[in-house]
This record gives sequence, C-alpha cells and structure tokens, in this order.
Amino acid sequence: MVDTVNTSIQTPSSDIILDVRNLKTYFGTGDKAVKAVDDISFKMMRGKTLCIVGESGSGKSVTARSILQIVDPPGKIMGGDVLYYGKDPKGQNLAQLHERSKEIRSIRGHEISMIFQEPMTSLSPIHTIGNQIMETILLHQNVDKAEARARAIELLRRVEIPNPGVAIDKYTFEYSGGMRQRAMIAMSLACNPKILIADEPTTALDVTTQAEILALIKELQTSYGMAVLFITHDMGVVAEIADEIGVMQNGKMLEFGSAEQIFYEAKNPYTLQLIDSVRKLETSARAARGSRATDKKLMEIRGVSKIYPARSTFMGKANPPFKALDNVSLDVFEGENLGIVGESGSGKTTLGNCVIRVLSCSGGEVLFRMADGRITDLAKAKTGELRQVHREIRMVFQDPFASLNPRMTIGQIVGEPLLVAGTHTGEALRKRTEELLETVGIPGAAMERYPHAFSGGQRQRIGIARALALNPRLIIADEATSALDVTLRSQVLDLLLDLQDKLSLSFILVSHDIGVIRYFCDRVAVMYKGQVVEHGPAMKICSAPDHPYTKALISAVPGTHPRDKRIVNRHRYDAEAQASGIKLGGN
Amino acid sequence: MSEENKQETAQVNMANLRGGIEYASQWQLMWARFRKHRVAYASMVLVALLYVVAIFAEFLSPFSPEDPSSRTVYQPPQVLHFDGFKPYVNKFTLTRDPVTLAPTYVKTDEKTYLEFFAKGYEYKMLGIWETNLHLFGPKEQGEKMFLFGSDKLGRDMLSRVIFGARFTLSMGLIGVILSTVLGIALGGVSGYYGGKIDWAIQRLVEFILSLPTIPIWLALASALPRNWPPHLVYISVTVIISLIGWTHLARVIRGKFLAMRGEVFVIAAKLDGCSEARVIFRHMLPSMASHVIAAVTLAIPSMILAETTLSFLGLGLQPPAISWGVLLKDAQKISVISNAPWLFLPGVMVVISVLAMNFFGDGLRDAADPYSH
Repeated sequence: MVDTVNTSIQTPSSDIILDVRNLKTYFGTGDKAVKAVDDISFKMMRGKTLCIVGESGSGKSVTARSILQIVDPPGKIMGGDVLYYGKDPKGQNLAQLHERSKEIRSIRGHEISMIFQEPMTSLSPIHTIGNQIMETILLHQNVDKAEARARAIELLRRVEIPNPGVAIDKYTFEYSGGMRQRAMIAMSLACNPKILIADEPTTALDVTTQAEILALIKELQTSYGMAVLFITHDMGVVAEIADEIGVMQNGKMLEFGSAEQIFYEAKNPYTLQLIDSVRKLETSARAARGSRATDKKLMEIRGVSKIYPARSTFMGKANPPFKALDNVSLDVFEGENLGIVGESGSGKTTLGNCVIRVLSCSGGEVLFRMADGRITDLAKAKTGELRQVHREIRMVFQDPFASLNPRMTIGQIVGEPLLVAGTHTGEALRKRTEELLETVGIPGAAMERYPHAFSGGQRQRIGIARALALNPRLIIADEATSALDVTLRSQVLDLLLDLQDKLSLSFILVSHDIGVIRYFCDRVAVMYKGQVVEHGPAMKICSAPDHPYTKALISAVPGTHPRDKRIVNRHRYDAEAQASGIKLGGN
Repeated sequence: MSEENKQETAQVNMANLRGGIEYASQWQLMWARFRKHRVAYASMVLVALLYVVAIFAEFLSPFSPEDPSSRTVYQPPQVLHFDGFKPYVNKFTLTRDPVTLAPTYVKTDEKTYLEFFAKGYEYKMLGIWETNLHLFGPKEQGEKMFLFGSDKLGRDMLSRVIFGARFTLSMGLIGVILSTVLGIALGGVSGYYGGKIDWAIQRLVEFILSLPTIPIWLALASALPRNWPPHLVYISVTVIISLIGWTHLARVIRGKFLAMRGEVFVIAAKLDGCSEARVIFRHMLPSMASHVIAAVTLAIPSMILAETTLSFLGLGLQPPAISWGVLLKDAQKISVISNAPWLFLPGVMVVISVLAMNFFGDGLRDAADPYSH
C-alpha cells in the first residue's frame, strides 16, 4: 500500500526517523518459502507512536525483528531497504548491514532498542536487575561503574519503580510481572534510544498492569522524544496509544494511516472487521437478544474455599497456607450466563475447577439441582454420583490445542462421552456425532480427520461439540475465547449464544476479559485474591461499579476510540499497587 | 446460525476427502517425519538386516561354527577376488618355522571358487525343514575358506560371528521386553498414582541405580550353577541384565505419566466420564507409545553391551554357546591380539549394531512428537 503512505503523510523528510521500503523477509527459499513479511513499506516519524496491528501469523513481529536483523533462522531478509535517519541525515540502510557487523551492533540497544512480550525470559535470572541495566550502560557509553549505577537508579526511578536505590540490587524473581516489564523498559532506555520497538509488551500482563505500562511508555515517549514502534494484536491498546497505525495480514500491510483515519475512515474490509469485533464486545449481546434467565436456582455455591496447606521449606521455615478461594458464595440460575472476572491469581479458574470437581474443595458446598430434581452436593459427591453430574455439567477449556487428544479423530473425540455413557453405539453414535459437529459449524464429513487439520477457532468448536454431546444443562467455559484471535472471539461467543437459544443451557464464563464478559453475561462476579468482591448485573458492574477494585479494573480496559485516552484518566487501586510491588527495605 | 459462523464453516477445506495430511494419524505423521531423518532411516535398515542375519544364521553361515580343524588354526582372513563374475579366494598353505615351530600361512596361487546356494553342512531351516543349502560357500564341498579368518581351533570366524549375532541380538531384544514390562508397570503406577507409592518406587529405582552394575552382575551371574545347560544360562543372564535395565525405562515412563496426568485432554477425558482404565489405556498410553518405543530402542544397545561385558568377563554365556561377548573372550590375551587381530571382528560388530540402534532410537525419539520443532 505504497500509495496510501504517500498520500496520507505529507511531512518533510527531516521528520522521518525510519523509512522501510519494500521489505521482504522469507522463511526458507524457493516455492516453499513462507513469506512472513511480503513487500512492506512504511515510515516512522520522530517522537510518534506507530502501531502495527494484526492477528497471529500476520508477520508483525517478524517486521519488527527485521529492522534490527534479529529474525530467527531460517528467516532471512530477501529484499528491500530499512533507512535509518537517526545518525546520518542521508540515511543508513540497516537491511544491507551484515547481521553480525559492528555497525548493526552499535545500532541495536543503542540507537534502536527493543522490549519483548515475556519479561521473564528476557531478563537473566542469575544477575540482579541493577547489574543487567548497568551492563547495557557500560557497553555503549564511556562511563565508570559508579556513574553507571547512579544512572541505573535514575532509570528505575523514571520507570516508577518504588524505592529504586534498594530495588536495584534485587533479582528478577523478586519483581512482579509488571515490574519486570518496567525494568526491561528501563534497560532499553539506558542509552537514550531514538526508536523503541515494543513487541506485544503488555500481552502477558493483567489489564490493570497493562494500563500502567502503556501510560508509562506514553509518558517516557514524550519526555525522551522517542519514536515508538508498538506491535500488538489488541485494537484496544492501539486506540489508546497510536498516532499512526499499520494493519497487517498474511505478511502484507493492508492499510496504513493516522489513528483517526483507521478507526473512523477505514476502507479495508479486514480493518473494519478488526474494529467491529472489538466494538462488538463493548455492547451486550444479552441485552440485544433478550436474556433467558429464570429465577429457578440451578446451582448454589456456598462458602467454597480452596486452601493449599502450609509447606515447610528446605530451611525449615514454613510458608503460610495459601487461600486460593476464600469463602465464595454464588448462585447460578437456569438459563443464565454468569461471568467470573478477575486478574491472574484471583482464583477465578480455581473456582471453575472446584465447581466441576476437577479440584476438590477444602470446604463449603456446591449444590446442583439435577434434571430430575435431585440436589447433589458436588463438593462431597462419590465417583459414581459425580459421573452422573458430569453429564449435566460440562466444561470448555482454554487451550484448543491441548484439550483435544491428538491421537484420536475428531469424530472419536466428540463421540467419546456418548460412547462411555453407553447412550449411543455404532451407526447411531456416528449420526449423533455428525449432528453435533454440524451444530457447531464443522462439516460432519470431516469427522475422520485428526485435530491437527483444524485451526484454533475450529478446534474450539470441536471442544464445544464435545461439551454438548450429552445434552448438558450447565457449561463452564474457562477462558474459552482467550487463546483465539479477536475476530474469532466474537464468533465463538455468538456460537455459544446461538446454542443457548436452541438448547436450554446455562453458562459460567470464566474470563479476564471485561469485553467478553460484558458481551456474554447476565450477571458478573468480580474476584480478587480468592474472594468475590462484587457481584451483580453485568451492565451495572461494567458501567457503574461500586467496589474500588472493580472501578480500577473497568477503567483500565482500553477503549476503542483514539480520542478517549481512557488509560490516562484511569482509576488506580492502591491495595493492588502495594500487593504487586516487591517488599522493599527491611526483610 | 449467524453469518460469521457460516463463513467459518466454509473455511474447512473439504478438498481432500480421503487421504492427505488431514487424515494422517499420529503414526503416519511420525513415519513421515522419521523418513526425513536419513541417518536414522539407514540405521533402521541396518538394524533390520542384523536381525535377519540372526534369524537365518544357519543359512547365511558357510560352515558350521563348531567345525574345528587343526590345519587352519589362526588362519588370517582371505580376500575375495573376482575372476570375471566368478568369486574366488586364494588358498593358504600352512608352514612351520623350522626353528620355533611357529605356524605361518603362505598365500598360494591355487584358487577356491565360491558359489551362491552352495551345499554345506546339514541343518534345519527355521527349525522346520532339513536342508544343506547355504547362501554361499565353496563350490567343491569339503573345501574351506575363511573370509573373517579362523580362531584357535581353526573354526570359521565368519560363521561364528553370524551365530553370535543370534544370541547377542536376541538377548538385547528379550532383555528389553522384560525391562519394558517392569518399567511400564512400575513407572506407570508411580506416575499415575503419585504420593507414597511414587515415593517408594522412586527410592527403589534410586537404590538400584546407585548399585555399581558390574559387581552386581558378576555376583548374580556367578551364583548361577556351572552345570546348567546353555539355554537356562541364557535365560538367567537375560533376567539378570533386565533386573537392572528397567530402572531407566521406569523413570522415562513415570515422567511421561506425570506430564500427561495434567494434560487438558486427559482432564477432558475424565470429565467425559471415562473410567480410570479407559483414561489410561485409551487416552494416556497411546500418546506415550511413540515415546516409549523410542526409549526402548535406545535401551537395546545397553543390553547388548551388558551381555558382551558379562560374557567377556566369563560370567555370562559359556562356550559352547556363541555370542559376541563369548567370541571376544578369545581376544583377551595380548599375544592373540598381535598374532590374530581378526578375532576383534565381533567387537566391530558390537560397535556397528550399537551405533545403528542408537541412531535409529534417536530418529524415533525426534519423530515421536510431530508437533515439536
């Protein structure tokens, strides 16, 4: 889309810091080559943020890595120019430097630095954070150790790490996920880079932490005057921070323009689809479709706790017992969609697993009203009884790749519960399996295929078909959409809602994603550190929450309108900030 | 169903209705991957050939391994020549040094012609029908030739190496089967149930692994009565070797079970209502089978080496049984090594077969997980 670039950006060339022209990066050679980056051109402006957005496999990360020539083998830059105007006003072509040459090494980390998705793996576990930052400073700048240390402390202070003088001597494992990412940013800022490349830096983080990091990057960008190349799959994040946006799919740049242009005047159908699928999750499908919730109780969760007992460590010191669930009580009504939302470690997945007895509860009752009217306490049910209940309560798992046995055909996988329950055999089993697959939109003729023949979204459908096999009454969906690309996410949610209209189903949806919860659920329970801090109707919780934690959570969710700048005006929850910080000072 | 759902339905490519990668089972994927590994593939062919040799030892050996001759003691190997298409070897004559009486062999111009499907000693093919046909041998019945030389009793080393393959290779296989049964049973119980059983079995494994193997083998083997017939010794030695060999397999299998117990598809199977036995045999074991086979293949070489070691030290199989270890026992003395280095040929065979099995096992292990990169 070279013409788009030329028409949309009418700025003098002195403002351009990086000019990528017809970049091609292929994996492999010949006809079989995978064209990860296929003829891409874009320009980056000084002091501006360029977001490259795309789904998995679109080539966005490879584009970023090609700039610094750190593409994993067998990937190779096959053509094109990467002109860098930071040092030489006439431009330096990074694509033509040898990947191990002195020139490119003086650019990497010094002129252009990069932060990655996984802060755990990019930081060394055996050196202190301070040593790692100081190494970068000593490597590229001519200063002595004391000076480097002073600068490192200053950098940690700049990235808002509390008590930097003490924190500098801590090891990686003593930092939380968000603080690690801050430390990574501090390290990348060590040499005052002119460009910061951020490759999905917030994807592994909770939404409140993500908001903190995004705000930090934004603030640092203005004070340092850096250009930022931000790679993400999340349109919400894009809306918060982008000045310019490039949309990628299958190695091609489909559309390039300013944030306003892309969000309000996008022309490419794929861009529109991306934006729509995010905007869709800002509405409630339950309100649009009409809720089918009744006031008949289906399940009553009473005072459930899950406590991992204290374990003495090697030196004889005892760790305190860990309360993963602390006296949780909730009701599920027939035909209702209950959402359980929380950040990692809040106990939401543990609750889902305790309810279906994948994990046993340490205390409390899970009363389930069976189809025949009997009430069973799942927390204490025996194996035989549990097997009966498991016909009525089913589960859809998060990871569509791990949840299907790779050694069985999808027909065998979907038919397994029917076969084991003995309800269908032979031809009847085949018919019912085919029918189930058709229900979730997989052609029945594909039932002889193995799971590897299907994409992530299709596999999740197969998982749903398996859950439906025994005509369940309650389905627990544990992060069922979080492993999927955003365009597939709403499709799978719509499928579940369609099924609910046809079959009399209730759902418990466990998710960290407020958008998914808002779209899908009637009622929401917000969990924080093993406790339900607030529960109520989804619309109320998502628009006017009462509890301060919920307020912080909701306000940290990125919006879809570039003008909103929600994150700058977000709510901050102090208890959270304290809890995620490391213990500093006296031990 | 909404618009989008229909769109995605259409995306399932139904072009390949039969065959093709979509219908390939795990075994087919594994095979496709294994075949790309050239060295492993060649090794597999070699291993198969070795076992064929072991099975058809009588047919492939030109002479009886127990056919002594005082006139051919320590005769050096003869080189195969071709007269047109007719293969022949030059005859050697035995002369003695008049002073030291040391035997020396002198190459002559006389030729022993060879032919395929020659007649030789009588044997039962596969233990069923009697025949005297051999793959190759001297044209004139009663003539001799020694492609691998001869031993201290003038017996043909080639025939002896071929017969040795039968004992050594079969012992590797049977030992591994015994170890696998023990390993799967104990490792599986250990990994699936965990807890105290796991603790007990793992301590047992550690105890056995901490024992110095060779002294233990020696102690056990020397406890065997000297007057036992060869086949009983053979079985006992196999059992002794596998009593120690199962520990590594048990660890591999326990590890796999532990990893698999937490796999989401196993939890899903439990929620599907599968009984414990079905979870193990229908869902867990098939997923491990390829890894187990690879581990087993890699265990055979250590069995072969164990047998060779024991027999070499004189505590495994005893003559008249023939194994590569028994044959190597003749090559213990320095005088033998200097005068008749061809007695080391069984050792070369051990190296070749162990290497081939290691490559084969490595290839299998790499192929076992089609989703790894």
